[in-house]
Amino acid sequence: MRETAEVRQEASTIGTPLLRVEHMTMRFGGLVAVDDLSFDAWPRQITAIIGPNGAGKTTVFNCLTGFYKPTVGRLMLHHPQGPMLLEQMEGFRIAQRAGVARTFQNIRLFARMTVVENLIVAQHNALMRASMWSVAGLLGLSRYRHAERAALDKARYWLEQIRLLDFADWEAGNLSYGAQRRLEIARSMCTDPILLCLDEPAAGLNARESAELNALLCRIRDEHGIGLLLIEHDMNVVMQISDHIIVLDYGRKIADGTPAEVRADAAVIKAYLGEEAEVELPPEVADALRAEPDKPSESLD
Amino acid sequence: MGVGALCKEAGLTALLVLMLALPLGGLRTVGTATGLSLEVRPLFVIVPVAVVLVGRFFILLLWRHGRRPRGEAPTEGLMDRIARGVSTYEVYLGPLFLLGAIALPFMPFSDRYIIDTATTVLIYIMLGWGLNIVVGLAGLLDLGYVAFYAVGAYSYALLSTHFGWSFWACLPLAGVFAATAGVILGFPVLRLRGDYLAIVTLGFGEIIRLVLLNWYDVTNGPDGISRIPRPSFFGLEFTRRPAEGETAFHQFFDLSYAGEHRVIFLYFLILVLALFTNMFTQRIRKLPVGRAWEALREDEIASRSLGINPTNTKLTAFGLGALFGGFAGAFFATRQGFISPESFTFIESAIILAIVVLGGMGSQIGVVLAAVVLIVLPELGRALAQFRMLVFGGAMVGIMVWRPSGLLAHREPTLWLHSRRRGAGGAG
Repeated sequence: MRETAEVRQEASTIGTPLLRVEHMTMRFGGLVAVDDLSFDAWPRQITAIIGPNGAGKTTVFNCLTGFYKPTVGRLMLHHPQGPMLLEQMEGFRIAQRAGVARTFQNIRLFARMTVVENLIVAQHNALMRASMWSVAGLLGLSRYRHAERAALDKARYWLEQIRLLDFADWEAGNLSYGAQRRLEIARSMCTDPILLCLDEPAAGLNARESAELNALLCRIRDEHGIGLLLIEHDMNVVMQISDHIIVLDYGRKIADGTPAEVRADAAVIKAYLGEEAEVELPPEVADALRAEPDKPSESLD
Repeated sequence: MGVGALCKEAGLTALLVLMLALPLGGLRTVGTATGLSLEVRPLFVIVPVAVVLVGRFFILLLWRHGRRPRGEAPTEGLMDRIARGVSTYEVYLGPLFLLGAIALPFMPFSDRYIIDTATTVLIYIMLGWGLNIVVGLAGLLDLGYVAFYAVGAYSYALLSTHFGWSFWACLPLAGVFAATAGVILGFPVLRLRGDYLAIVTLGFGEIIRLVLLNWYDVTNGPDGISRIPRPSFFGLEFTRRPAEGETAFHQFFDLSYAGEHRVIFLYFLILVLALFTNMFTQRIRKLPVGRAWEALREDEIASRSLGINPTNTKLTAFGLGALFGGFAGAFFATRQGFISPESFTFIESAIILAIVVLGGMGSQIGVVLAAVVLIVLPELGRALAQFRMLVFGGAMVGIMVWRPSGLLAHREPTLWLHSRRRGAGGAG
């Protein structure tokens, strides 16, 4: 699996990256949340952004999806219709025109609408065009009815993918936590994105659910050929499915590479486990640590 | 709860009643030769306080025995079941209501007063349905809805009195003007949310009223506009003696003249307008724009991330809500024959909003029910004289206590993937 990922990465490095972030800085008053960050994300690859809490990962997503405007920097998306500068686009247009979809750290479903309605709302722009801004829809023209049937078929396809077909007519708020997470991913896929940003999709999932999530994300990558950006704390997920990992700490990029490279990186180990702290530790703790020198690197695996 | 606690609870309630009864019942002003003097009526205080003290004690005692043991799942309340039943059988209930509404003017007990009241109820139902687009579907709290009602009413009044245009020509124009006012107001305002939006719309409602009051050259200020032309039935006037060369309704149909003809005609006119509003809302709710309204109500951030343009979507809701307010306003003007800024005060906005909220946000039949309750209850309560509004307030508090999300709060999905029955059961 790792080898194929590396091969794929090498192959795609020859072409243009899907997303190129250059010198992105985001300041909130005096606080620098993201500091001069540059990275690339490639189509047909899962790029993970990891880092300790408060490292600025979600801020990166918020800049990419137009919720914040970065203070400095360029976010270039290579869309099939030509390059687009995300930092100059209005929030909703990034999803509408540029095809960047996202999920949220705290699930944001339309809780009182049904599961299938959630998936239909995601196809708003296509349906809006088909209904000619409601005129064709109000008159009940066949043009709109066909479009609605197609939208339902797409919803059905994604419900099969996330195994929620039987729950299609449930209120989304009544689903279990794991199912809500999957539904949110399906909903963002219904917008036909070329780049999907997932903010901690495995948070709160049990081992079986997160294995299922891995399979789903790989399927999205391989079958739909889109790029995925992933923020995740669950190292099982990150190390297993990422093709490429970017590590942030205090808003700065401290490592960038394949999972194997990142795992061996000294700066990453330091960021996650802290400095060698023998001087500050009481002698008995330091002794205990010295007795098991392999422990830190093991826990990162 | 021990007996001591029961006594305390009952005592507190009695204290509350004492505070209310002292000024309301205990003291009475009487006019004497020298001026006003106070008459003290101790019995009016003692009796209610004693009744409440004892009554509350026994009610609490009964409750204590009747309460179900803790941990048992609460059964679905009666109103919840009614609400679900109503929305499941809406297909049958709608036509039933409609038949009743059509038959009403021809019932033996119907007189002018009943038809008049029913017309008023229908105006409020229509306004409620219009506001339901804004508040119930799009989730935008609008406290100044009466402004659009006023714009519609004045549009018709001015166009018809100045240019002599007929009601049917002015009706769409009144709607368009109101919708334009809605869009103009909405554009700067819709970036605000929740309470802030409510305050600004409240302000807008007052501004419109003050403009109507002070722009004397156009609106005739507080004197209002009188002699607004009445609508005709396809060109047939409802007058005893029509103008030279014209035919009146009763002559054309060979009836003897009766004032009720016009009243019944107006009743059917508003019935058709209200039904049109309802049909439009029901239909647009199932279109992408309607679902986008509900999505925005549920979560604006998520909607944006799905590529829904929040400003345009909210503006359509605001504009369409205002459109129906404008239609209703034009009808109001033609029915009254006289309008003045007095008719468009904040209390009207509050009543319309109360209809939407009490009905259960977004529920179409709920609006009907709430409008009937809110308009008919004060009418029935006329016998209660000065306590009318007290009872009215009490009823509203009661609804909010027992049905906090409205009389019929049940959202019907806009589409089903599987068969309807399967989803309705909730078991998948």
